Amino acid sequence: MTLDGRIPAGPIAQKWDRHKFEMKLVNPANKRKYTIIVAGTGLAGASAAASLGELGYHVLNFCIQDSPRRAHSIAAQGGINAAKNYQNDGDSVYRLFYDTIKGGDYRSREANVYRLAQLSVNIIDQCVAQGVPFAREYGGLLDNRSFGGAQVSRTFYARGQTGQQLLLGAYQSLMRQVNLGNVHEFARREMLDLVLVDGKARGIVCRNLMTGAIERYAGDAVILATGGYGTVYYLSTNAVNSNVTAAWRAHKRGAFFANPCFTQIHPTCIPVTGDHQSKLTLMSESLRNDGRVWVPKQKGDKRPPQQIPDEERDYYLERKYPSFGNLVPRDVASRNAKQVCDDERGVGESGLAVYLDFRDAIQRLGVETIREKYGNLFHMYKKITDEDAYKVPMRIYPAIHYTMGGLWVDYNLMSNLPGLHVLGEANFSDHGANRLGASALMQGLADGYFVIPYTIGDYLANTTQPKVTTDHDAFRQSADAVQKNIDTLLSIKGKRSIREIHRELGRIMWDYVGMSRNEAGLRTALAEIPRLRDEFWHNVSVPGTPDNLNQSLEYAGRVADYLEFAELLALDALHRRESCGGHFREESQTPDGEALRDDEHYSYVAAWEFAGVGTKPELHKEPLHFEEAHPTQRSYK
Amino acid sequence: MRLNLKIWRQAGPTAAGRLVDYTADNVSPDMSFLEMLDVVNEGLVKRGEDAIAFDSDCREGICGMCSLVVNGIAHGPDRGTTVCQLHMRRFKDGDTITVEPWRARAFPVVKDLVIDRSAFDRIVAAGGYVSCNVGGAPDGNAIPIAKDVVETAMDSAACIGCGACVAACKNASAHLFMSAKISHLSLLPQGKIERHSRVIAMINQADAEGFGSCSNEGECEAVCPKEIPISNIARMTREYMRALWAPIG
Repeated sequence: MTLDGRIPAGPIAQKWDRHKFEMKLVNPANKRKYTIIVAGTGLAGASAAASLGELGYHVLNFCIQDSPRRAHSIAAQGGINAAKNYQNDGDSVYRLFYDTIKGGDYRSREANVYRLAQLSVNIIDQCVAQGVPFAREYGGLLDNRSFGGAQVSRTFYARGQTGQQLLLGAYQSLMRQVNLGNVHEFARREMLDLVLVDGKARGIVCRNLMTGAIERYAGDAVILATGGYGTVYYLSTNAVNSNVTAAWRAHKRGAFFANPCFTQIHPTCIPVTGDHQSKLTLMSESLRNDGRVWVPKQKGDKRPPQQIPDEERDYYLERKYPSFGNLVPRDVASRNAKQVCDDERGVGESGLAVYLDFRDAIQRLGVETIREKYGNLFHMYKKITDEDAYKVPMRIYPAIHYTMGGLWVDYNLMSNLPGLHVLGEANFSDHGANRLGASALMQGLADGYFVIPYTIGDYLANTTQPKVTTDHDAFRQSADAVQKNIDTLLSIKGKRSIREIHRELGRIMWDYVGMSRNEAGLRTALAEIPRLRDEFWHNVSVPGTPDNLNQSLEYAGRVADYLEFAELLALDALHRRESCGGHFREESQTPDGEALRDDEHYSYVAAWEFAGVGTKPELHKEPLHFEEAHPTQRSYK
Repeated sequence: MRLNLKIWRQAGPTAAGRLVDYTADNVSPDMSFLEMLDVVNEGLVKRGEDAIAFDSDCREGICGMCSLVVNGIAHGPDRGTTVCQLHMRRFKDGDTITVEPWRARAFPVVKDLVIDRSAFDRIVAAGGYVSCNVGGAPDGNAIPIAKDVVETAMDSAACIGCGACVAACKNASAHLFMSAKISHLSLLPQGKIERHSRVIAMINQADAEGFGSCSNEGECEAVCPKEIPISNIARMTREYMRALWAPIG
């Protein structure tokens, strides 16, 4: 089946405006009669719930944390892009659009990305009005910085806590709607199923994490903004509770999952110290502006870094990419770090790290300048590693950071299931095969503040459906299935800990479906994952009872879903026999080892339809057309 | 390292709790405090015993979810550090470590070390925002704001809402938390318009939730992982006085 993204007609710059006019409106007096369920309170979920509440809809909003303010958007450091051109340096909506399409390696939809660039300017205005304390110049105007290799300064920031400040802005707007009675907030609830009535999304089933009660909620439409699936790799920069469960259960109800193999690896994270490690900490990419990346030329050279003279160091990024040097894009920097470590030239105890050295920058600029620019990062590094990066080089290694794939959505951000809308990192829409720095925050807020308030109205105005209550059979069946799954998990009483199995899954994914993938490795993963899933369902230990706070049970459910989802990720990676963005297939590279796209065969979105656990899913293709930004091969030499 | 742990176990909100002894073996100095607890829990789970419940999420000191009192100090012995960023090299072999939840009437225990902080959400819902619907915002540069003003506002806005300030205060006061939000917003032109109604609504809500008052001990500032100063509380008090005397709003 060929999927239709339902992209409006007309020139790219007019599509959204025209579409806004053509969409139907819901009468203001009728809005309160509609109930909209929003799962998730990150940038996308909180902004959507708040905006829909402002419009007068009746909104039910859910999160797994104890407060909506804690969603993992809060951890974003760097900033948010917007085509304001406040710096008069040649930025424009068109340039942001073009950079995002190119950065995504021509695997995203032009119309969506153009709309994202258009809306970026409104986001900044809205956030400023909320009181987000963006950095300012001495004259009182907003400051910008260049980020992630962009040639213009279009990134707005609030120190190293931009995600936190944007999320608190959205959270505060959300709490205002709670106070006004438009939004009902349900914290410590985990969505465990999507309920369909007559093929339309009409509600969800949740577990109340405090009491263990299985709760049902009905509405007229459902919005998922439940984030990405980075923790399928066990170790990632995601929060430890981030998971794919809500999206995966929607997938099992029929929602297509698109491009799951598009995962992003961030090159500058603090390396792993041992099996106890529960997550990885990101160090801002800005460090590569002044730090020089190197490893010893000799294999297995265990001398302390200061004793290795310059001529015995390999500054491999500067050597291989003379014009971009240490500033090559994330995927290129990450892959090269893996290559030198595979070559047994990695540093540190594990050999899985490379040096990021500030010696020369300190000599050139003085220690004070470096402290001013990166003091907080050096402090964080010291806290975690107990090493002083002013004196010895930092050790860094790549880690999973963001997932571009997600549930398939059309231009209106609606999945193939009528009524199910998907926002933010949970959908696949805007970043193609690789996301640019400072673009995740932009997409989450564009989806929530400025897209869904229009498109969901169009859906509701065009849909006639009977009111349903949670007594409907579909809800009962769903709640029974959820309960049965929980009872099964608790009854296994095996010998292995959930964490142990998750760790093992992570190792399979990292080794065979990580930074660099090949057919043999992917086939190994596809054999190992079902074996581990089987082991889980026969030998996992999930202690405790279902009727109270049981974090083991929560975790077991998430890992169980990952053991199914991982197979889809590997399968998607196997089917895409080209390299693009974060997906590097060793079979598809240029003679000098760079990623080689295959536009002739793979210029499409791969959307997978669930066919049963262990059964091969059905592939649906949405062809991609490029009328504005014509595909070129990326080169950073 | 081998450590002796005394950990607060409480089956539910109404159950009686007690400190239970555990031993943590093979603790690496590179572990974070929560990773040490993960390892203890892994042992318990493998034996089919109920894991120790504790909250955490981002594990990089920004989400505000982790909330442990370690040896009597909220977030443990390191200044300006959440307990998820506390590392075991801070301890030595043979140490005894006591781990308890935040204790305050307004933060009831859910289970073991997990508490209910929804009172903080209700304080924000009472007025901790600028009332501006999406759609009508003027250009971001329409209102210039002096750099030092925005920097001071950012110092306050850095609060992560963890509640350590409440846990450390003998009155279980939420003043540092509230004053951080009130300062952030009342310093900025966008937030000045509702400054009077905001401070009154938030303080009234905190009283209704059962948080105590401030007696200027400064315990909150000492444990705050974001090192938010108590000068915020002075600013909030000024805002409150100003609001009481204000003719309108």
